[in-house]
Amino acid sequence: MELILEQMPIVIRALNVGFLQTLKLFFVTLIGAFPLGLVIAFGSMSKFKPLSYFTKFIVWIVRGTPLMIQLLIIYYFPGLVLHNPIWGGGETGRFLAAAVSFIINYACYFSEIYRGGIQGIPVGQTEAGLVLGMTKSQIFFKVTLLQMIKRIVPPMSNEIITLVKDTSLARIIALQEIIWAGQAFMKGSQGISGAIWPLFFTAIYYLICNGILTILLGALEKKLDYFR
Amino acid sequence: MSILEVEHIRKTFENTKVLEDISLSLDKGQVVSIIGSSGSGKTTLLRCLNFLERPDHGIIRVNGETLFDSDNPATQRESEIRKKRLHFGLVFQSFNLFPQYTAMQNVMLARELLAKEMPDYKAKKKELQSEIEEEAVSLLKQMGLADRANHYPHQLSGGQCQRVAIARALALKPDILCFDEPTSALDPELTGEVLKVIKELADKNTTMIIVTHEMAFARDVANHVIFMDGGHILEQGDPMQVFENPREERTRQFLSRFTQE
Repeated sequence: MELILEQMPIVIRALNVGFLQTLKLFFVTLIGAFPLGLVIAFGSMSKFKPLSYFTKFIVWIVRGTPLMIQLLIIYYFPGLVLHNPIWGGGETGRFLAAAVSFIINYACYFSEIYRGGIQGIPVGQTEAGLVLGMTKSQIFFKVTLLQMIKRIVPPMSNEIITLVKDTSLARIIALQEIIWAGQAFMKGSQGISGAIWPLFFTAIYYLICNGILTILLGALEKKLDYFR
Repeated sequence: MSILEVEHIRKTFENTKVLEDISLSLDKGQVVSIIGSSGSGKTTLLRCLNFLERPDHGIIRVNGETLFDSDNPATQRESEIRKKRLHFGLVFQSFNLFPQYTAMQNVMLARELLAKEMPDYKAKKKELQSEIEEEAVSLLKQMGLADRANHYPHQLSGGQCQRVAIARALALKPDILCFDEPTSALDPELTGEVLKVIKELADKNTTMIIVTHEMAFARDVANHVIFMDGGHILEQGDPMQVFENPREERTRQFLSRFTQE
């Protein structure tokens, strides 16, 4: 116990650095996947059949295979198979590859949630807008968007909380996020080796982060409670 | 001159003929009731008038202006449909109020959006906004909802929702106000308050087309009754004549079901 207390400041400092990378991946994924998901959702709802089939095919592949495999393929395939290492070396390259993998993966999940949200809104809402002389875009922004947001907040909250934990998968391509930082103390780092507790300790970070997110998303859900 | 002329409207969904050769005309201030069993094409006719469906064939004229002519592609441009729709108002069976807006905001929204498109909107912003607000207040008052202006649809009864929907349609001052079974989603207690409001509009010479299953109301409120069956107008005329002394056997059959109840 005394030893742990002694190691604590060093470990916390290292874990903080790792967690910063975790958060970076988390936010970059959200910023990329929110709009991309909407594009994919519109693609899969397109009346132009080839586009809708193509989009659904991509969504099937992405949702049907493990994110870990997608990470490995996206990171190693260009360099090892195509002999064109587009990601470059080092942490920046790994982060780019991880971000691209996560954005594509999460955009596909989001697209299905968006689709449910859009299709769940009664046609009557759009028709009411039309007979009142609104344009399609006015109807989207002034009528259906908020109703859609209200519908998707609960399933989105689930995905967002899962994303926090999924960022740990980036460890597989050696992205230096918090799991990587914790694991380093097993092999030996900064004078500490063979310590497994830092790895266990990382769970606290995820827990606190998701606690805060749960409160924020719950507040958003409540804010949208004023209409039904 | 007729405010509305409809000539030879035909509409087919997948192989099902929903409207076959519908022609009718309507004078300013006239109220027309359309009756008939479910599936007779009443709703589709209203949807064609409001450009929610495109007729396969036929002509629609309002105030002498041809809004739609199946033989003239120039009248079918998507970009102009929006403006043409404003000749008509439509009150839906299921209200279709916007849930995230209050009664007042529901009434004002479309007017505000149209005002923003005016070239001198920026200069007259304040005047326009207060004009729109005043009109919305007076419309809600007319509907007996002055004290409900700031309520959201889920806080209102069905009858109140439908009256807000009527105010919302009236806010755009349509030439012709259409009702698609406005009381079918309401329980009998609430039906009366909506019918009363429509009756008041009729007394003020609002031009209206009312699709309804309320036979007594159809007879009382209308100057003209149309009986539709299987996509045709089977019989039309003065309410007294159609209800008391129908010419067609099919009309008699249909009406007898209601008088028995």
